[in-house]
Order: sequence, then C-alpha cells, then structure tokens
Amino acid sequence: MRIGVITFPGSLDDVDAARAVRLAGGDPVALWHGDHDLKDVDAVVLPGGFSYGDYLRAGAIAARSPLMQDVVSAAKQGLPVLGICNGFQVLCEAGLLPGALTRNSHLHFRNRDQLLRVERTDTAWTSDYADGQEILIPVKNGEGRYVGSDADLDRLEGENRVVFRYVGGNPNGSSRDIAGVTSENGRVVGLMPHPEHAVEDLTGPSTDGLGFFTSVLKAVVNA
Amino acid sequence: MIDTVQNAEKTPDDEQPYAELGLKDDEYARIRDILGRRPTTAELAMYSVMWSEHCSYKSSKVHLRRFGDLPTSDALLVGIGENAGVVDVGDGYAVTFKVESHNHPSYVEPYQGAATGVGGIVRDILTMGARPIAVMDSLRFGRADAPDTARVLPGVVAGVGGYGNCLGLPNIGGELLFDECYTGNPLVNALCVGVMKHEDVHLAKAEGAGNKVILFGARTGGDGIGGVSVLASETFDAEGPAKRPAVQVGDPFTEKLLIEACLELFAQDLVTGIQDLGGAGLSCATSELASAGTGGMHVDLDAVPLRDSTLTPAEILMSESQERMCAIVEPGKVEQFLAVCRKWDVRAAVIGEVTDGDRLTVDWHGERIVDVPPRTVAHEGPVYERPMARPADLDALQADDPARLPRPTTPAELQAHWLAVVSSPDGADKSWVTEQYDRYVRGNTVLAQPEDAGVVRIDEQSNRGIALSLDGNARFARLDPYTGAQLNLAEAYRNVAATGAKPLAVTNCLNFGSPENPEVMWQFAEAVRGLADGCRALGLPVTGGNVSLYNQTGDVAINPTPVIGVLGVHEDVRTRVPAGWRTAGETVLLLGETRPDFGGSAWASVVHGHLGGRPPALDLAAERTLADLLAALAKQGLVSSAHDLADGGLAQALTESALRYGTGARLALPGDAFTALFSESTARVVVTTADPGGVKLAAEWAGVPVTELGTTGGDALAVEGLPELPLAELRAAWTATLPALFGGPEHSTPLTVPAGAVPTS
Repeated sequence: MRIGVITFPGSLDDVDAARAVRLAGGDPVALWHGDHDLKDVDAVVLPGGFSYGDYLRAGAIAARSPLMQDVVSAAKQGLPVLGICNGFQVLCEAGLLPGALTRNSHLHFRNRDQLLRVERTDTAWTSDYADGQEILIPVKNGEGRYVGSDADLDRLEGENRVVFRYVGGNPNGSSRDIAGVTSENGRVVGLMPHPEHAVEDLTGPSTDGLGFFTSVLKAVVNA
Repeated sequence: MIDTVQNAEKTPDDEQPYAELGLKDDEYARIRDILGRRPTTAELAMYSVMWSEHCSYKSSKVHLRRFGDLPTSDALLVGIGENAGVVDVGDGYAVTFKVESHNHPSYVEPYQGAATGVGGIVRDILTMGARPIAVMDSLRFGRADAPDTARVLPGVVAGVGGYGNCLGLPNIGGELLFDECYTGNPLVNALCVGVMKHEDVHLAKAEGAGNKVILFGARTGGDGIGGVSVLASETFDAEGPAKRPAVQVGDPFTEKLLIEACLELFAQDLVTGIQDLGGAGLSCATSELASAGTGGMHVDLDAVPLRDSTLTPAEILMSESQERMCAIVEPGKVEQFLAVCRKWDVRAAVIGEVTDGDRLTVDWHGERIVDVPPRTVAHEGPVYERPMARPADLDALQADDPARLPRPTTPAELQAHWLAVVSSPDGADKSWVTEQYDRYVRGNTVLAQPEDAGVVRIDEQSNRGIALSLDGNARFARLDPYTGAQLNLAEAYRNVAATGAKPLAVTNCLNFGSPENPEVMWQFAEAVRGLADGCRALGLPVTGGNVSLYNQTGDVAINPTPVIGVLGVHEDVRTRVPAGWRTAGETVLLLGETRPDFGGSAWASVVHGHLGGRPPALDLAAERTLADLLAALAKQGLVSSAHDLADGGLAQALTESALRYGTGARLALPGDAFTALFSESTARVVVTTADPGGVKLAAEWAGVPVTELGTTGGDALAVEGLPELPLAELRAAWTATLPALFGGPEHSTPLTVPAGAVPTS
C-alpha cells in the first residue's frame, strides 16, 4: 500500500509521517510540492511543519503549490488525505476542509501531550478506533486555534464532521474544543495534534497515533 | 568615493575611525605595520570585526591552550579550531556539537537575539557536514520578579522556540536560572548537535586555485553591522546610544531551506570547503577560508546579492545578515551546485575564486579595496596576557560559612523550606518555557526535559543514540571558579551517566565579565584551568567551545558562568533510564555519600539569600565510579529510574521524580533530615529498582555507598518525621511559580467570528 507524504519547503514532520506509515505496514512514498505527480499513491499525508515559514497565513502558500492542485482533484474522487498540523492548515486553505486555524488564544507556541476524544470512527483515517475512545498524542502549534462562525460550526456539528475534540484542557482556544474535522465524504481528515509522534513507545507518549495509519491501509483495501 | 588600496597608499595620513570600530591605538598601529600603509576603509572594517574579542579570543587564547594540552582521545575526530569538534560515537557515526552565546543581542532585542543565536549555532554544526538533530538552551536572567526580566525572558524563550521549532529541531533540554547578577546581562547559550558518517566531515578551507567561491542563502542587508565588535565586545553603558541596529534579524524558513540544500550538496559531493557566515559575516568567512587553505582568494564584492543597494563595501563585509553560507566549489561542479540551490529556492552567487597567491583581495566594481594576508585577519590577531588578580572579596566570601545560617528546627519548618526551594524560580517546574519548544519533531527524541539529559536516537535500526546535558552553576563558580568549573563538568557528566550513557566529550560556553578587569580575568583563568584538569581526570577531550566576555554593566560583572556540555553515547537507547517514578512498590536507593555541603546551595540562596563559604567538595574519581556503575545498571536493566542530585539536593530530586508521573513514596532519611534533604554533595544519584539486592550488590562491588530510602507508591511523599506532603500540594507549589511570574492564560474566551468571515468549505 503506497502512502504519499508531501514535502513542501519548510515541511518538518515529513520524516515522522513516513516512519508512521512504515510502522503501520505501508510503503511511504516521498512526494515533492513542485511536481504534478502523485506517483500512483493510495493515500496522501500532508505533514506538519512551517511550509513557507507560515508567511502570509499558515498553509496559504503551500495550498497553491502545483501538487496541491492534483491532491484537490484526487481528493474529490475519494483519495484519502490526512493533514496534520500545518497539513491541516494547508487543507483548510485549499478548501478541502472547512474552517480556519488562527493564532493560539494565549499567543504562545504550545507543545504538550494531549488527550483527544475520537468522535467519528467511520472516516478513512479513524476506523481502527472505538467510538468515544480517548487517545493521547502530542499537540504542538502556535496557530492551532480552530475557528468558524457559530452558524458554520453549528452546521459542521450538525453534519457530524467533528472527528476529534480536546479532552482535559483545550491547548489553543479552539472553538468547541475541536481538534480535527473531516470532509463530507469522510475521506479527508485534518487535525492539529500529531499522531505521527505517537507511534513508538520509545519516543512517543503512547502508540495511540498508529491507528490513523493502520486505518487508512484498510480503507484503501476496502475502497 | 570608494577608498581603494591605491588611494590608501596616496593618503597615508587620513584620519580613520578605528576607535569607534573598537580597535585600540596599538592594534591600529599593528594593522598599518602589517600592510605597510594605512588600511582602506574596507580593510579597517575587516580587521576591526575579526580582531574583536568575540572573533579573535584575544584575551582568552592564552588560557584556552590548556584544552589543547589534554591527552589525545581516540573519540576525537576533529578538535578545537574548526567550527565545531567532531566525535566518533561508533558504528561509523560521527557527532558534532557546540554551544555558543548570544548574550548581548538578546538583551538588546530578546526575540531576535535569541532566535539568531540558535540560527548561528545550527549553521556551525551544518558547516561540519552534519545534519543538525537537536538543540538545547541554557538561559540566565536577573531576579525573576525584576521588571526587566519580564521584558527579556518571554522574548528570549519565544525566540529560541520560534527559530528552533521552525527549523524542525527538537529542543531536548537546557537550563533556566535566575540571579540578580544577570540583570542587564542575561545569558542565552544555545547548543546544537548534529550527526553524520565519518566520511562526510567537511572542513572550512579554501583549496585548489581556480575553485569558485559561492555565497548562498539570504541576501546581505544592513542588519548586524558591527555586531561582534560593538555589541559582543563592549560593556553596556547606561548612557550609550541604542544598539538595536547591531542585532541581526532571523528568518528560520530560509535557514531550513539552507540546511536541506547543504545536505543535498554534501551528498552529491559538490563542496570542497564550506564556512557559515556568522559573527563578522563575509570578513570572517572569506579570511578564515583563505587562511585555512593553501593559497589566496579573490572576491568581487559587487557580486554579493544585496537586500539594500545603498550598502557600502565596508558594510557588506561587516554585515551579519543571517542564513548565509560560503562554499568553495570546483568549476566543473558549479552548475550542479546552483541547480541544487534552485531546487530549494536558495539564492546563490559566484562571488570569487581561490587563487595561487597568498593574499585575500576584494574588488568593488573593478577597483581593489582589500589586499591583505588572510592569516593576519583570521588567525594572527592580537593576543593579550591580561593582568589577573584574585578578587579582593573572595577571602571574606569564602569565610562566610553557611554553617552560621539558622536551620529549620521543626518538621513543619523543614517542609516549608522544602517547598520554598522547589517552588523558587530556579527549582520550579519549567513547563512554561519548555512547552514553547517542539521536543517531538524528527521522531527520535527518547528523553527531553525535564529529564537529567536529552537522549536522541541516531540510528533506527541499531538504536544507537546520544545523550547531552548542559550545566552551569554560577554560585559555585563565584565561590571558587577552579572548583566551580569542575563541579559543572561533574554535574553534566553525572546527568549524562544517569540516563545510562557513556560520557564521551566536552564542550563549553564560558560567560564572564570584562577581561579588562583583572579579577574577572583571574576568574576566567581559574575556570579554564579547572575545566582542563577536570577533563583530564575524567578522561574526556574538550571538542571546542565559546567564550563570552564583557558580560557586565558598568563595574558589575556577572558571576562567572562556565556552562559545560557533556556528550555521551548509548549503544542502545532502549536501555535509557528516565528520571521519573512510574511504578509503585519499587525500592528507592541513594547512591553516593552525603556530607554537610551547603556553600552556594539552593537552600542558602532561597531561604537566606546567602552566598558564601566553599562549594561542595569535588570527587571526580567518585563521579567516574558512579558513572560506570550507572551504565552497568542501565545495561542490565536493574534500575527503572535514576535522578541526579544537584541544586536543591535530595528535596529537589524527590520532588521531580515523584511529580513526573504522579507516583509518591514512603521514605526514611538517614541521619540529620536537614542535611539529607538540602546538602548538595556531589557524585550522588537516586535510583528506583525492583531488585534492590542486585543494585546494592553492584554498588558494593563498585565501591559506591548505598542508602535505602524507602519504597515508591501512593500519592504523597511521606518522609518519616515530616508532615506527609501530598503530591497535589507539592505539584501546586512547584508548577505555580513561572506562570504566576510570566503569565499563563490557559483559556481565553472563545473568539467570536462573524458569519461568513471564514471560509467553511
């Protein structure tokens, strides 16, 4: 199973995402932002980092890279796409996911081990979790505050598109404790916390993040 | 009108502003002597920055030679003199690490000063051919409640985080300490560590006539002009002009691209020699490359890409604009080199070439403005044997024994002092700072703060890894700089050993006051002598270091602050030992001997505001024995935690180990409870184990004293004879301090956004 990991200028957690794919049993495939080439991958991960230094708005420039045009059209055909942190920001900027990420309410970059509640287990990236399961994975961002208008957030919740919520403290002031959301068809998922940093006992606070990557391998087989 | 070499020959008597550039009369005279004429404006600029204290080490050089005199170590692949030393860590891997100060810029402009401090040390590591894999920071500020600390600290922390996070380098540890003496002179010491294969080591030298000189990275601007001479090499003067223009501005995104581009250039073997541009900018890079090479170098300065077209040649030579590198490239590889730079959106320009001669020449639009022997700029600067004098107050200070201080007499008082020490700004939880740093990126961080040492995996197959610790107790160094430097070395060594690593090599950042003050110079010389003797006793090489002088405002110098870094190696990081207690029912053992050592202790400082007496007794043989024992215990999996005892003694260590995972303990302290809790005797570690018999046996074999303290478990620290200390109460005291001082808005009211203001699909 080929899972692409995109490197934009300023991507940082691309090596981590590739490792997570490998540990889950998939084959990570490096994708380059400047190429119009998805290399026949079965799913795509947009990793964390500071693409283009977060200049203009976090994710705004990367969202307009050549490869993202291919990602957008493939996602609309059902290609599973996961955006982690900066990748989530890119997906919002590219219009694949609703909402926006703004500066944390306390204005600091914050890195801590965070509890999340899994609200949806029928997306391409969360089928290996149990409904309502609480998972512990790192969060680390300066611009991770998920915002939307009340009306838009009501609609989002009405459509059951919140995939993860922060539990035991909201690290960045996100509206309604929203940590991650999904597309209408459940194939595109974005979240601020970092599942790829919770895949080994040696280096992570847990191995709770592996489920993202084992889930997508099944989603691809079943597609 | 450009001041050319020709013009300088014709106008020997023109007055030159050498004093304003920081050169003394005799130094200027020597430049004239070397050149046989007056220097041009551009030459004067180059000499002034390169002969500054910061670049030339003119006051410290005669002392630093002691490090070169240490016995050779098989582990040392590249020693002092290059951008950073390189150490063999086994399996064909080489590790390079170095710590550098950015103290003065961080006081003037905290965010940018600290950020570019990280940027600079990362480029030093990159220059050696290594991929940077982690950073650490050692920070000192004035009193935690001083108004200026509230100005400087948040900016420094945000700057260290902002730059390092954006580069994708995990911050794996460091120090944060406060003392009145750093008011107006905060210390920002940044460490970077990188890893490469032995054959990938690159050196900064220009060889092969005809090879091209390529400047790549950010364009050159007017920032940081004279940073090393004006900022880093002069004492701050309350009356002086604002120095903000001399602080550089960082762009970590460009640096990230520069890192990836450089690593690709190295991998494709496109680089003959390479040097980063840091302090003294192009003056430094060109003269050092040429000086270390075999021939000369010619540079066409008008080929340098500029951010500000009005810069004069002298300003271009002095500019400390960040994120720039200079490479020596064979002519046949230039095209490939430029292609790699294009791929990473890195600007690159051929600005000159290596020549047959022995001169460094620089032209500006066809006119010669620099013609100098490069060694006289880079390596043959002035050397001073500054006068030294033992501080006049030292005898009185050492005679002021803390034995005279009132000690707690009741159990309640003992506990109050315990809480005071661990909730003091020095002892308190540092999450307020470390949560602003990414410790996870790259996925190889095995241990990070608040552990004793940072541990990073360098090979995912073999699980080989490294451990690093930075320590710099300045109270001890103030009481006795010779012993103080060794105590810091011993602490860093012990911290690395506590994780189970084998200590391998030493780096340092020596922060002192003005070398023109004989008492400061004596402190410096003593600290260097101490560190050298300590390294000899522990069998470790010094791989390099950094000296920061003039850390004083007016007549008041900082306490001598030798910050020592020790690198260790883990053959298998899976056997690393963490500092926190996880499991109930384990036996808590104290390894090492406790004596009444209170001179310079956290207890004396926090409870009595006292600094006096002698620092703790040093026993490097005991440290070595303890380190060997800890490595053996880790390898055999006999201990599940180990925590070094240092500032705040056992009280601090028990607090940190218990609160890490919320596991308490029931303990009985040997002898006098006050001494047991607050003494800062060295060569001690607390371990927990499920096999106390095995650990005791191993310790007895090694000759390390063992004391059984009790058993882990419960949600309190229950110490016999003291009121029980619930972990919740302890945690509240320990965690409240920094947020109370520097603000900790956990939540704020949710942002309300008008409908339609944010795209929602």
